[in-house]
Amino acid sequence: MAGKPKLYYFNGRGKMESIRWLLAAAGVEFEEEFLETREQYEKLLQDGYLLFQQVPLVEIDRMKMVQTRAILSYIAAKYNLYGKDLKERAMIDMYVEGTTDLMGLIIVCPFLSAENKEKQHAVIIQKATNRYFPVYEKILRDQGQSFLVGNQFSWADVHLLEAILMVEEKKSSVLSEFPLLQAFKARISDIPTVKKFLEPGSQRKPVPDDKYTETVKRVLQMNF
Amino acid sequence: MSGKPKLTYFNGRGRMESIRWLLAAAGVEFEEEFLETREQYQKLIKDGVLLFDQVPLVEIDGMKMVQTRAILSYIAAKYNLYGKDLKERALIDMYVEGTADLMGMIITFAFTPPKERNLALIIERATTRYFPVYEKVLKQHGQEFLVGNRFSWADVQLLETILMVEEKEPTVLSKFPVLQAFKARISNIPTIKKFLQPGSQRKPPPDDQYVATVIEVFKKD
Repeated sequence: MAGKPKLYYFNGRGKMESIRWLLAAAGVEFEEEFLETREQYEKLLQDGYLLFQQVPLVEIDRMKMVQTRAILSYIAAKYNLYGKDLKERAMIDMYVEGTTDLMGLIIVCPFLSAENKEKQHAVIIQKATNRYFPVYEKILRDQGQSFLVGNQFSWADVHLLEAILMVEEKKSSVLSEFPLLQAFKARISDIPTVKKFLEPGSQRKPVPDDKYTETVKRVLQMNF
Repeated sequence: MSGKPKLTYFNGRGRMESIRWLLAAAGVEFEEEFLETREQYQKLIKDGVLLFDQVPLVEIDGMKMVQTRAILSYIAAKYNLYGKDLKERALIDMYVEGTADLMGMIITFAFTPPKERNLALIIERATTRYFPVYEKVLKQHGQEFLVGNRFSWADVQLLETILMVEEKEPTVLSKFPVLQAFKARISNIPTIKKFLQPGSQRKPPPDDQYVATVIEVFKKD
């Protein structure tokens, strides 16, 4: 049955958050079903909803889509956030893979021991400031445009903003050497759909807390 | 300068192997430059060729592309191995993400200390999470290829994955008759058959020298 996309995930960020961002940026309303118990997860498995036994799951256009990147690519293409041709798509793909790698370092944090969390924190800041942010700062500088690719708002811009905000939550001054990224952040945050998503009451999820971590571990029976 | 795509990577499989497979399946000739020393790597970084200081790097159509998935998606789209519309592309993306996850476990295997290696987990995931999915997809539509009754990236990557897992456990397809037939059928496609023959640019399983080279090239000062 067509209608609003429906997202199945925990009530927290994890791998689903980038999907929430992209749908919101595209101005697409969506529904959510939150996984809270092991029984719910087992029922989804039994009903054959989870192709590889994993969430995120997004029901969209009569498909039960899994695999975060597949879902994001579909949404980007459907809502014209994927550039105008194959080469722009290639640039967008490269840039989002970079921000995916950076956010991937942060997504695992709640599941690390206290000692490893501290080490990971240092890695995140180091990689953000030495490997990733310089790349996007340079792209913006070299092109002198408002957006990363093709002078047009795309998935790459949404993903970069999401990554910037996530790293800033770890270290609020992390953009201090990146003036163009600061301007980018302000500019993209001001786009009406994005602005709305950044306001309280939206479906954006907060920084993971102990309850979120405990729920994920319980539902997925992660034994560590 | 246009011409053949040029691949920069170690002389071994790693993350570049899926790209070699896809180019070969598409019948596209490519050149390779092998990373052997730390100096080569540092020169690539200094020359600003590696967007995120990482390989694979593929120079193709005037672009210096990095990030394996981005490169694979570009090749698939360019050579018509990405389905006929957005929905077929979505299916192909889902299927290749699954095989990429399984192959990812094997790629890191060579770099995991022997005591921590978990071959049993790889085989379990292959036989209970991944292979049953593709067996079912093929059985349900009864077609030769995974998506849209047409050869695509998804078929290439599934064959690559099957062969990699079989190298670890030769009997792994014993309960998957449809995948056995798929393997035989896809292996027989002329471009693939050629890639599977000795003398092609297909790389052998990682050995100690390969692992040592990678560690040496990437080691921190």
